[in-house]
Amino acid sequence: MIQTDILIIGAGPCGLFTVFEAGLLKLRCHLIDALPQPGGQCAEIYPKKPIYDIPAYPSILAGELVDRLMEQAQPFKPGFTLGERAEQIEKDDEDQFIVTTNRGTQHRAPIIAIAGGLGCFEPRKPPVPQLSDFEDKGVEYIIKDPEFYRDKKVVISGGGDSALDWTIFLAEGVASEVTLVHRRKEFRGHLDSVQKVMDLAAAGRVKLMTDAEVIAVDGDDHLKSVEIKTKADGNHTIATDHWVPLFGLSPKLGPIADWNLNITKNAVEVDTFDYSTNVPGVYAIGDINTYPGKLKLILCGFHEATLMVQSAFKRIYPDKNLVLKYTTVNGVNGFEG
Amino acid sequence: MDNTIRVSVTDRDGQVHELDAPTDMGMNMMELCKSAELPVEGTCGGMAMCASCHMYVESDHDLPEKSDDEEDMLDEAFFVEDNSRLGCQLHLANELDGLKVKLAPVGN
Repeated sequence: MIQTDILIIGAGPCGLFTVFEAGLLKLRCHLIDALPQPGGQCAEIYPKKPIYDIPAYPSILAGELVDRLMEQAQPFKPGFTLGERAEQIEKDDEDQFIVTTNRGTQHRAPIIAIAGGLGCFEPRKPPVPQLSDFEDKGVEYIIKDPEFYRDKKVVISGGGDSALDWTIFLAEGVASEVTLVHRRKEFRGHLDSVQKVMDLAAAGRVKLMTDAEVIAVDGDDHLKSVEIKTKADGNHTIATDHWVPLFGLSPKLGPIADWNLNITKNAVEVDTFDYSTNVPGVYAIGDINTYPGKLKLILCGFHEATLMVQSAFKRIYPDKNLVLKYTTVNGVNGFEG
Repeated sequence: MDNTIRVSVTDRDGQVHELDAPTDMGMNMMELCKSAELPVEGTCGGMAMCASCHMYVESDHDLPEKSDDEEDMLDEAFFVEDNSRLGCQLHLANELDGLKVKLAPVGN
């Protein structure tokens, strides 16, 4: 069981800055994020895009902002549970929250700060009828273990690096048959991967279907075939054991929707006094919260984090007085270990 | 009609919304739909880095060519057709008066 003072759900810019502000009050933080790396959207969607509205930075790349926030948080030794999704929340008899991830990692803290941004990133699922009936019965959105596909027929959809890389990997001696389906002729992956797929297609080891998309799935208790619509010559049904649609990730509110929080339009309602939710001890900051006048800006999230930790401190130490100390006066005194 | 155009947006239930759109506010179709509370996510905020504002252009307006970024992101959208565009890349301009679009289906 991981014990901390403030358990932060979401390791985006707002969650990372919370570590710093909490650290100034001698509160320790641990972050959970569904993505394998910290930074949230900034790292996952647009690391190379410049941001122009961070005070005192006329321009900073999103990835660089994350790096600097990590550096700023470092003295306060945050813990991370990455690549896991916060799934369940419960309370123990000492008024502490226990948060369990989808992999069963347990965390315990008196305060929860939800800094989940747009939610957790999950594979984008194509709107194909009855698709959910075949999830884990032939339809997988992530390739976890390529051996799973040994001597199987596999259809992969997508035009990015993951679609190309897995096509190459599975076609080279793993799967018995690999079909790559893509909506246009051009691929956006690395040029050498594209060339490799073209070579494998020319050698007959990959069946390449461009200007095409999977529009239907069929089977019984397991996937048996997919229907592919092509621009050139109509629809084809091809027999397959697996279909792996690789269309990137998109954010979903996810399990926190079931945490008994007041939610409006996929956002958690908070009191702007301290960004507390309707559940005492649970706060929500950054893009995931909503209140009258809300703006989804990183700089607003920083402000919210700062006020939130003050309230969290008073909740943890109701008898202690808190005096605002300036970092220019006191410096930053990190934790030893 | 100065700096205002009218566009029509068909939502996923087939309902048609006639919207008055300003052309002097630097807005795009994704933002216009969001401001009219139509179900367009615009997750990335308009950088052509997600595909959540995918729509079909149903009128024959002369539109700017798709950038590589837009084409790449359409790879992650579903039910992409020849008239597919990302709403965030359609900047509201006087030439787009009478534009007709239809919101594309979203994933599950």
